[in-house]
Amino acid sequence: MELAVVWSVLVAQTMLALAMAFALYRMARGPRAQDRILGLDTLYINAMLMLITFGIRTANTVYFETALIIAVIGFASSIALAKFLMRGEVIE
Amino acid sequence: MTRPASVLAGPKSRPPIHSQGDKTIEYAEKLLSVFILVPFAGSLIAIFFPSDQRGAISWFAGAIALVCFLVTAGLYPYVASGGVLHYRIDWVPELGLNFTLRMDGFAWLFSALITAIGVLVALYARYYMAEEDPVPRFFALFLAFMGSMLGVVLSGNLILLAVFWELTSIVSFLLIGYWHHNAHARDGARMALTITGTGGLAMFVGLIIIGKIVGSYELDAVLASGDAIRNHPLYGTVLVLVLLGALTKSAQFPFHFWLPHAMAAPTPVSAYLHSATMVKAGVFLLVRFWPVMAGTEAWFWIVGLAGLTTLLLGAYFAIFQQDLKGLLAYSTISHLGLITVLLSLGSPLAAVAAVFHIVNHATFKASLFMAAGIIDHESGTRDIRRLGGLFHFMPITATLAMVASAAMAGVPLLNGFLSKEMFFAEAIETHLVNPLDTVTPYVATIAGMFAVTYSLRFIHGVFFGRPPADLPRKPHEPPRWMRAPLDFLVLACLVVGIIPAQTIGPFLHTAVLSVLREGTPDYSLSVWHGWNIPLIMSFVALSGGIGLYFLMRSYLATAVEGPPVFRLLQGQRIFERVLVTLSWKWARWLEQRLGTRRLQPQMRLLVFLALAAGASPLLLGNFELPPLVIRGIDPAFALLWAIGIACAIGSAYQAKFHRLASLVLLGGAGLVTCITFVWLSAPDLAVTQLLVEIVTTVLILLGLRWLPKRIEEPVAAEDISIRVRLRRLRDLLLAIGAGGGMMLIAYTVMTRPLPETIASYFLERAYREGGGTNVVNVILVDFRGFDTLGEIAVLCIVALTVFALLLRFRPQSDSLEAPEQQKVQNAFDDDHPDRAAGDSVAEYLFIPAVIMRWMFPVTGMLAAFLFLRGHDLPGGGFAAGIAMSIGFILQYMSGGTRWVEERLRIHPLRWMSIGLLVATATGVGSWFFGYPFLTSHAQYASLPVVGKFPLASAILFDLGVFSLVLGATVLILIALAHQSVRAPRAHAKAARSDKEAVR
Repeated sequence: MELAVVWSVLVAQTMLALAMAFALYRMARGPRAQDRILGLDTLYINAMLMLITFGIRTANTVYFETALIIAVIGFASSIALAKFLMRGEVIE
Repeated sequence: MTRPASVLAGPKSRPPIHSQGDKTIEYAEKLLSVFILVPFAGSLIAIFFPSDQRGAISWFAGAIALVCFLVTAGLYPYVASGGVLHYRIDWVPELGLNFTLRMDGFAWLFSALITAIGVLVALYARYYMAEEDPVPRFFALFLAFMGSMLGVVLSGNLILLAVFWELTSIVSFLLIGYWHHNAHARDGARMALTITGTGGLAMFVGLIIIGKIVGSYELDAVLASGDAIRNHPLYGTVLVLVLLGALTKSAQFPFHFWLPHAMAAPTPVSAYLHSATMVKAGVFLLVRFWPVMAGTEAWFWIVGLAGLTTLLLGAYFAIFQQDLKGLLAYSTISHLGLITVLLSLGSPLAAVAAVFHIVNHATFKASLFMAAGIIDHESGTRDIRRLGGLFHFMPITATLAMVASAAMAGVPLLNGFLSKEMFFAEAIETHLVNPLDTVTPYVATIAGMFAVTYSLRFIHGVFFGRPPADLPRKPHEPPRWMRAPLDFLVLACLVVGIIPAQTIGPFLHTAVLSVLREGTPDYSLSVWHGWNIPLIMSFVALSGGIGLYFLMRSYLATAVEGPPVFRLLQGQRIFERVLVTLSWKWARWLEQRLGTRRLQPQMRLLVFLALAAGASPLLLGNFELPPLVIRGIDPAFALLWAIGIACAIGSAYQAKFHRLASLVLLGGAGLVTCITFVWLSAPDLAVTQLLVEIVTTVLILLGLRWLPKRIEEPVAAEDISIRVRLRRLRDLLLAIGAGGGMMLIAYTVMTRPLPETIASYFLERAYREGGGTNVVNVILVDFRGFDTLGEIAVLCIVALTVFALLLRFRPQSDSLEAPEQQKVQNAFDDDHPDRAAGDSVAEYLFIPAVIMRWMFPVTGMLAAFLFLRGHDLPGGGFAAGIAMSIGFILQYMSGGTRWVEERLRIHPLRWMSIGLLVATATGVGSWFFGYPFLTSHAQYASLPVVGKFPLASAILFDLGVFSLVLGATVLILIALAHQSVRAPRAHAKAARSDKEAVR
């Protein structure tokens, strides 16, 4: 693999990890519950991107499903949390 | 796998039967499986008979017993003169457990007894059972019992023997408790099961030790190593354990008391179980192990003491019974004691007498039980005090019963006399010089006297004397065919009693030869042995017994049930006391000491025990921590882990103060775990874990709704007492210890060099044999398909349990009403005249709801994708099932329970059952192609657009998994979600009914 790709993937992954760390800060500190939930959602999105970069790094497609699942149904937990905040229960 | 019949070369054995050709022997050995297959298959069929077909079902049961009897009869030439038949299927050969059936002469004799009396009892039961009794259950159990009993006598493997032994205990429990509306039947059944089952467990341990001593569980090997067993240091232990099994089963003192209580069973059951089969299993075992265990001092004392006590007490108690069946039960106990005494002596002649008496007792006691049943059936009572003079009403039955009781008393020219005579002859012989041997002849004579007394009481009290006055029914002769079994058995008593050598002689010889082999003594079966001491003892017993009866007659006619003095000391009461102490008092005490309803102490105890259990082997066996090596750190991965750890700690910290924050952080920790799985090349785990993560979040949120609100108690830091601080510190240390311990174990395991594992085995074979390249999935659905089947069955059970528990869920009253947010929003809607109720929520959710609805087909597509490629690449039925269930949950969240259920057919229970059925059926399907359960067939198929996809038969199995997982997940979530609809409704209903009650 070209050196440029190796380096750019490494940089991308570090940046993504940093982004996840910032998301964690919101999840842990809040201050409002909404901030925490959005933090988790951001964490999921970054995780999805992280998985794709990992696929690029290993030049392998088997890691794609995991990213796909986050993309398609990863929002379910965010929705559930949001609904819980808004209505006090998830399924009415 | 069968082996050729081994033929013993005893001095008396004739030339082996190989002249008939090995082919026929092989055929005969295959026939042995009939004895197990046919009765159990018949039992299964019998359940499905309609309950009004009493005639048909008894003919069916009788025919099954008859088939078994005919097969037994046909096999006689192969076992005569010392032949042994084997039929063997390897079961778990690594554990020494084989399905070995082994028939020698002794097993043959027992099989003939079990099947012949089985035929007669089936015929008898046809007339005995009443219209309203659930007859199919009776005959199903009857046949199952016959199968188990045949299994006991034909087992050629010790463990198999123990299995069938327990089966007889269980089936007899069900048979004794057949009339389970009757408290006596229930108690009697439970007592019989407790006593014989406990004995059976002890015996099982004993048999395992024997297997270890001998080095094989095969009966042939065990019978060949008598000296090794007798000289082994563990002989005493083995002896006590095996004898516990035999003596409890054969109702020997001090375990005798269950048998009289088992008389609550229907009389055909008593005639079968308590004369010919069940109770004979104990003495069968004694005879079986007689060649390898008898002859020692310990055997003589234990078996002899138990036998003599039982012989005497049983006979004495029998005199004072007022219930006909009670009398017979105690008489059975006494006769079993007689057989036990004979076996205790350790002399071959005594063993011959024991085997002979087993047969004789079975014939006369079965006929007497049947006679008692007829009397009960035709007159309505079994109380000897109320009965009398029945000879005029039923002369034929009376004559038959009289002959049978005469055999029981040991009157000459009947079979009971012959074996009793042999017993007396053995009793006066000196085998070992000790007090027990000295008293034996006296005890034998006295017990013989008692036997005459109770036999006479049976005859005189029931058939003679003043005619009955106030019987529930007017007595008369029973139907012709109800009496037929009695005719036959009594005829057998007579014929054997008059010409023993020509009738029972050869069969008895075959049986004895197979037990004693070279040691078979010379004995003569004839009625007249000249004037000798045994004859005088018989004479004394006869005249003494008659005299005793006429002395006690007036007392017995009015006495209460049970012998004087001993009446007060009831085995049953002691038994009940022990049970109450064990299962109630001690259990309650333990519960009070250790039990708590609070979660925290429970968790503390559990974690502490787990920590102690995990740490102790490490501390005891010099555990060395592998050195910590740091190399090749990937900055992104390290940062990810820092995030994961922070999430986990934060979640634990917030769990008490802020549930939602804790849950959010938990989601973060779970996500990092998933990424870690990917990083460490386990995409399969990552996929599954991610899906489970999402579902779990929703599940916990659903549960959070019903948790009571946290009570805020502002306590100043300095007010917290020292005790509380210490407790918190202890909990913290415990948590750190447990977590750190797990980390240590994981670290140690992962840093060890890998030994040769099964991983390479699976990697090699996954594609070649399972036809898939996703090794995890191939293991799940093919190599370990049976495990997966078990696991999904467990999942099914768990889902159903959760469902059942939630049906009875009563939430706290403070979480019953609608949540705060809903109240505010609804109030807002109500305040504005231009808004309808529920507008707020619809507006808030407008865009998300559309997305969620549209995502439903996409989620279905994702599930199909995961499912189809599961065989070769990450995915599979489990992942697909969860993905699909998330699709359903989204719909529930967008529209609410009512909206979804108006539009979609949600039948999680049905999905689960279909899934389980499909998975099982796929496994069974491979049988039809001649492969073992769950063998899979692999091939690729292609569809337009989709392209080539694998079509292993495992995919059907996976489909079952998919359906079940989908059903189980949806069931649990929906059951929780339904609480929001159900709980307020149920609460309102309860409140309404309360109000009405007040009014």
